[in-house]
Amino acid sequence: MPAMSTFKKSPWVVHFNCNSCNGCDIEFLACLTPVYDLERFGILHVGNPKHADVLLVTGSVNHRNARVLRNVYDQMPAPKVVVACGVCAATGGIFADGYNVLGGIDKVVPVDVFVPGCPARPEAMIDGIIRAAEILESRNTAAITSVSCRKPLHRCTPVPDSPKPV
Amino acid sequence: MITPNPTFQIALLILLAPFFGALIAGLDRKITARMQGRIGPPVLQPFYDVMKLLRKEPIVVNRIQVVYAFLHLAFMALSLILLVLGQDSLMFLFVFAFSTLALVLGGMCVRSPYSRIGSQREIMLMVAYEPVLIVLMIGMYLVNGSFLLASPIAAARPMLFTLPLIFIAVLVVLAIKLQKSPFDLATSHHAHQEIIKGLTIEYAGPYLAILEIAHFYEIALLFYLIMLFWASSLLIGALLACAAFFLMIIADNVFARLTSIWTFRFMWTGALILSLTNILWLYL
Ligand code: SF4
Repeated sequence: MPAMSTFKKSPWVVHFNCNSCNGCDIEFLACLTPVYDLERFGILHVGNPKHADVLLVTGSVNHRNARVLRNVYDQMPAPKVVVACGVCAATGGIFADGYNVLGGIDKVVPVDVFVPGCPARPEAMIDGIIRAAEILESRNTAAITSVSCRKPLHRCTPVPDSPKPV
Repeated sequence: MITPNPTFQIALLILLAPFFGALIAGLDRKITARMQGRIGPPVLQPFYDVMKLLRKEPIVVNRIQVVYAFLHLAFMALSLILLVLGQDSLMFLFVFAFSTLALVLGGMCVRSPYSRIGSQREIMLMVAYEPVLIVLMIGMYLVNGSFLLASPIAAARPMLFTLPLIFIAVLVVLAIKLQKSPFDLATSHHAHQEIIKGLTIEYAGPYLAILEIAHFYEIALLFYLIMLFWASSLLIGALLACAAFFLMIIADNVFARLTSIWTFRFMWTGALILSLTNILWLYL
């Protein structure tokens, strides 16, 4: 395949709410409205990790959802990038001291772009997704040749399950 | 006039039809966005999407699924060829139906409940629209005296005047096949989250691209099918098809979605009665 900048032109985003307060999610949904119109960049908001290139995560990771987040990430076909939206996804934010909170999502999946803010502004999110798409373009796709047969539900990496000492 | 070599024609069709379909799909997305007050993606967006999907990692749930995706594509291309080369209309219907059936089987052969629900809805839609297509072919036979799809081109009067009610029913079939509201039950172009995109859920990367390309062939096919209603002039036929597609975009933005049972009822009462009335009218 010739190296065309098609990844940059059509990043499909799957949005995962990982213990977020919903503030960031509402701001992300605002991106889809006519005011911000994500689709003008060719960005589609898909509901299925198997169709997605960009994983957009809001909120911090806890013992319950770490496994789910990892599973969603594992189901995405390579090349893929992760955008962490809001300070919760970056460090745990105001929930960082919660007894159940593990921290930012980089504890579970490799993050490529951090979008700051509480909540992150829609402009910043769009900017973050486009940066992520540029990173996606630079990922080496030459290595992908063989067909992989995945059983996603059994492939997720176990995350330490012991609760924090209160 | 030189009769074009059929081999050459087939090669040209196979190569150009997806580009044409993708262009229509791109225009569709742009116009839809403008209707909603958005700027919308570039017109070439469907090309970028397919190119990107082809470069992604191929993931399969089971290998049969891939076979069905390819069958869907192959039979869709074949039915387009049968249609444009003016072959037997009933043969065309069977091949076209099998293409959709391959899609349904592809959705059924995985364990995902979403995919199966999507497949079941697609079956419902097929049961709903197939009778109208069959009545269309019967109407064509009554008007032109031949089951050959080439016969409307030779006819003196455009079929739009002899089969006006069937034309209306075929417009509804067009809405179903283009996955437009109120009939986008099995999979939809807009609601990517609803029922998780129906029967395409378990396809990823290049295999999703195959389904997209098959859909481009399908768009070209439907465009030609509408053109047949004014087959004597290529230009007016094309304008008619453009108008029909534009109508579909408006309907898509105006209507909410019907349930599958309502779609079924609507097709077997409204659309089917319309087309049968047209057949009766031909006898009178
Ligand atoms: S960053 Fe702020 S708005 Fe976003 S999820 Fe965390 S607390 Fe809510």
